[in-house]
Amino acid sequence: MASNVSVTSGNSQMMGAVSTAPAGAKLWWLRTRKALRSPTPWLMTFGVVLWIGAYYVLSEGLQVWRFAKIPGPVAVLTDLLSKNPAWGLSIYTPDYYLHIGISCFRVFAGFAIATIVGVPLGLFMGWSIAFKDYTFPVLETLRPIPILAWVPLAILMFTGVETSVIFLATLASFFVTTLNTLLGVESIDKSYFRAAACLGSQPRHVFWHVVVPGAMPFIFTGLQISIAVAWFSLVAAEMVSGQYGLGYVIMNSYTTMTYVTMVIGMLTLGFVGWVSSALVRFAGNRMMQWHVRALALEGR
Amino acid sequence: MMQQVAMTMTMQDMATQMQMPRTTKGAISIRNVTKIYDPEGVNVMAVDNCSLEIAPGEICMIVGPSGCGKTTLLNAIAGFHSITHGAIYLDGEMLCGPAKPKADESSDRVVVFQNGALFPWKTLVDNVAYGPMVQGRMTKAEARDKARQMLAEAGLADMTDKYPGEVSSGMARRAEVVRALINDPKVLLLDEPYRAMDALTKSIMHEALLEMYDRTKVTIFFITHDLEEAIFLGDRVVVMATRPARTKKIVNVNIPRPRTYKLLSSNEFRLLAEETKDAVHEEAIKAFEAGERELA
Repeated sequence: MASNVSVTSGNSQMMGAVSTAPAGAKLWWLRTRKALRSPTPWLMTFGVVLWIGAYYVLSEGLQVWRFAKIPGPVAVLTDLLSKNPAWGLSIYTPDYYLHIGISCFRVFAGFAIATIVGVPLGLFMGWSIAFKDYTFPVLETLRPIPILAWVPLAILMFTGVETSVIFLATLASFFVTTLNTLLGVESIDKSYFRAAACLGSQPRHVFWHVVVPGAMPFIFTGLQISIAVAWFSLVAAEMVSGQYGLGYVIMNSYTTMTYVTMVIGMLTLGFVGWVSSALVRFAGNRMMQWHVRALALEGR
Repeated sequence: MMQQVAMTMTMQDMATQMQMPRTTKGAISIRNVTKIYDPEGVNVMAVDNCSLEIAPGEICMIVGPSGCGKTTLLNAIAGFHSITHGAIYLDGEMLCGPAKPKADESSDRVVVFQNGALFPWKTLVDNVAYGPMVQGRMTKAEARDKARQMLAEAGLADMTDKYPGEVSSGMARRAEVVRALINDPKVLLLDEPYRAMDALTKSIMHEALLEMYDRTKVTIFFITHDLEEAIFLGDRVVVMATRPARTKKIVNVNIPRPRTYKLLSSNEFRLLAEETKDAVHEEAIKAFEAGERELA
């Protein structure tokens, strides 16, 4: 890991110079070979196989007790990959993508609103003690209220289905993002503020050059949690009100007893949620080269 | 092109040095300063009636046991916190005193911190360019050019685009001194900057610091535990009494500059070290016993 990083950085600096640092396809091959020699990909594969195996044995294989009632992996995969699904939803039906698309849109909207409001709010709360004194008690009182408890209020407050669903998806993310950003600012070593002050900074310089970048690692940790939280609060919202979306698929399949489709909805949700977290992590690493390189040197 | 810029810069520097010697600024006068902390209704006296005159361009080394109040004094000069009594002057102007207990933080008194405070999210060149840029003295491009030049002078030409986390602690600390010096400060305040380093790295750091000092002749207020370091670098070594801090003994180091590491084995050096050691040792014992009492 560490050597990979130094190889790339050295390469960008020595453009045109004769260097032994590999690039392009060669570098990709080097990394792939290294990755394959480490236990990580094998352990990951083994973990997935083990999980699916246990699922199969319990449900379809030995039909242990109540597990017999659960649709097994074979039934689920057959339906998911079938051109003519018995229960109505597979990768060949346009509805499948409609549900995914609508859920993704809602999560993205909720996540974006939560980030746009939560990050600046957290930054200001960490930066100004007075501002924190005003806002913190309110935030801490609203934060423990579960999303499901907000559902009736959301329906009362907003006219359309879409707005109330997005509101609910935003809410949980917003608290996570704000709190993590606040903690991020509070985690910044005091000597950075002092250094900035004795180098002649105005308050706005301190904000942009110390508070914002210093809180960045915590902010991105928060955003990764926030997008996951957006997914599960979205599902709660879609279960209550909605005509489309993965949460709706799960709830609707349950009421109509199409359990195979229900499991398809759950697995799809898990997969899409994982991809979205990975995208946030990727964006964070791109924005915090200093952090990534320092961690890489520590061998992480 | 870059070399040309560098050339004209040094010519200018030489010119200003010839017309107006740098050593006319940076006189610190600490007069009867007392600092009492009052965190929970119990007064803790950190500095007691401490007075010290530091000449412009002097390297003044402050030695004393841990927690004796040396850093409190440094923080008062830098403007990080207030003083309770007394006054501190810089070149005849009052920084803090009865009317104004806390000095303003300013780039004429730049601190190099105990644990290092380069911004980890900025490359070395951006760290160094930060001061002149935020003060509005230079544009970003100018500041970065100047920063590159100064880092190169300090032997860090290949490291300018690295982040602090990617370079050794010695290099980072050297860059931090450069980040301070680019602001052309009147006083450089160093708070045990080489504390965590091994003896070999330290000796390299000392020579580099003296080299930078020779170029700038900035007044240096340097806190340390290390007696050898204090005598090797300093014009004077001020031994502080343990908490509350007072000046206990001042040792003049009349060894000509430039100094090299051969000095450490000289007789002259040994005699100075002996003279200082007794005073420091006495205070260290007091501090240790005070610590034991606090625990009991």
